[in-house]
Amino acid sequence: MTSGSLRSAAHLARSNMIGTIGLALVVSLALIAIFAPQLSPHDPNSQIGKRLTEPGPQYLLGLDQLGRDELSRLIFGARVSLGVSVVSVAIALFIGSTLGLLSGYYGGALDNAIMRAMDLMFTLPSFVLALALTGILGPALPNVIVAIAFVTTPTIARITRAPVLALREAEFVESARAIGAGDPRILLRHVLPNALAPLIVQTTVSISDAILIEAGLSFLGLGVQAPDTSWGNMLGSGRDYMELANGLSVFPGAAIMLAVLGFNLAGDGLRDVLDPRLRKA
Amino acid sequence: MRSFLAGRIISTLAGALALSVLVFALIRLVPGDAISLWIGQEGTMSPEVQETLRKLFGLSAPPHEQYLGWFGDLLHGDLGYSFRSRLPVMTLILQALPVTLELATLAMLISVGVALPLGVLSAARRNGPLDLAARVLGLIGLSMPSFWFAVLLILASTTIFNWLPTLIFVGLFKDPLQNLQQMAMPAFALSLPLMGVVMRMTRSSMLEVLDQDYIRTARAKGLTEGRVRVRHALKNAFIPIVTVLGIQLGRLLGGAVIVEQVFGLPGLGTLLISALTGRDYPMVQGAVLIIGLFFMIVQLVVDLSYAYIDPRIRYA
Repeated sequence: MTSGSLRSAAHLARSNMIGTIGLALVVSLALIAIFAPQLSPHDPNSQIGKRLTEPGPQYLLGLDQLGRDELSRLIFGARVSLGVSVVSVAIALFIGSTLGLLSGYYGGALDNAIMRAMDLMFTLPSFVLALALTGILGPALPNVIVAIAFVTTPTIARITRAPVLALREAEFVESARAIGAGDPRILLRHVLPNALAPLIVQTTVSISDAILIEAGLSFLGLGVQAPDTSWGNMLGSGRDYMELANGLSVFPGAAIMLAVLGFNLAGDGLRDVLDPRLRKA
Repeated sequence: MRSFLAGRIISTLAGALALSVLVFALIRLVPGDAISLWIGQEGTMSPEVQETLRKLFGLSAPPHEQYLGWFGDLLHGDLGYSFRSRLPVMTLILQALPVTLELATLAMLISVGVALPLGVLSAARRNGPLDLAARVLGLIGLSMPSFWFAVLLILASTTIFNWLPTLIFVGLFKDPLQNLQQMAMPAFALSLPLMGVVMRMTRSSMLEVLDQDYIRTARAKGLTEGRVRVRHALKNAFIPIVTVLGIQLGRLLGGAVIVEQVFGLPGLGTLLISALTGRDYPMVQGAVLIIGLFFMIVQLVVDLSYAYIDPRIRYA
């Protein structure tokens, strides 16, 4: 990186405090998830002491209802909680943006068919739809990913379609067509890059929503199942021991909130950078 | 106005029809069929009995006939029978619906009641300490899972105040005071995320409106600042606030499902979750359908209120 771009990055960080804090939160959580084995003080899945030990110098966040180290479980939980959300949003992004591109670019009957199918999914609150889906498919990690991807797809499709509608009439698209570029090339090289800004912002918002949905499902016992550990199911089982060990109902929730906050702030910051017209005072 | 109303009502009806197809299809995603899963849990059962059960629950016909039969019954208010309790699904839903309705309404009132004045003040005292505090609160509300807040509230009331609302639920009309005492905590827990969003939207929408020429005019003709803010600014800032309320309603309902479960309130959410864990498919179908209908009716109300707030929409 040249010193010039470094300087402009520093300038951007100063002028966009909120986004920087968000980005810092997201990056640190991602690093924690990646380096979980190196960072966690104990094995997250083995009993290392007396059940429900209070937090102290030896075990910073105490031990859970099975005598496992709460901190190590939170660190490993980041892998599942963030992993599930990121993977499911990535799937939704792939399917949703393809549908949105096709729908907006070709219009007509195809547009109608795709958008009505998307409308179908908007008839239910997304958490309720995800809950019904995992409940019916059976609570397991892959099904949670499928359910979250499913409920995220319509939003992504809508967000992609809107700018494409205007772009397909744009002069540079017409000139690309005039010099004989095929539809796939026009869509991927000319239309998509110009429709990217709102999509990027929506991605961060969708990830924070996905974290909340996963946590909610797992909290209810209808999401990620043991031995997989996510913050949601830690909170769900921890609350049964509320009076005996407060921490078990506090720490996993705080982790969920920090992650959601991080992605929300990063989204706010990205919105300011990518689309100054959307900037809110 | 009449054609606007008619258009919205027709599209809501079309949506309801779509919802019924979605819910019907959802249940058919069950690996195998509902009966064989049910049998799996109840031990062995002779093939003849299984066949009778399939006929009894209308599962032996081809899918489109099943749908038409189910939809026909639906129009008569018949949602079939719960596998578990053998009671009509409709009866169980009608018992649970008022609880969810009350919870969602209370949460909405609390969040708008707090967020609206806070957003207006925050915009008026831009960058002041109050604004900063309100914005931090808004961000926390936005990022706080309502079920965690619910758990924290219970934790705080048991450890600090040594008090918990009674566990046996009392209906609103049976004993309003005790009912509200039981509903206060869940409604507050549920209101927080919505509060954050509404506060943020009120603030940014007010800031935008306060820059307009007509606000300067109102000030120039000597109106008091309070009157300018409420009569001239807030009224015009309302549309985006109502829009965001409409969008967030889905989240509120989704949150209600979990918050009910945390507090043991016998609403639709608790009904749905126990039906899902017990693989009680007619119950799942009914509960999801009613939650969806509830969601759509509220969206319709939001849309109609646009027309009330902004006459331009009425006559467009």
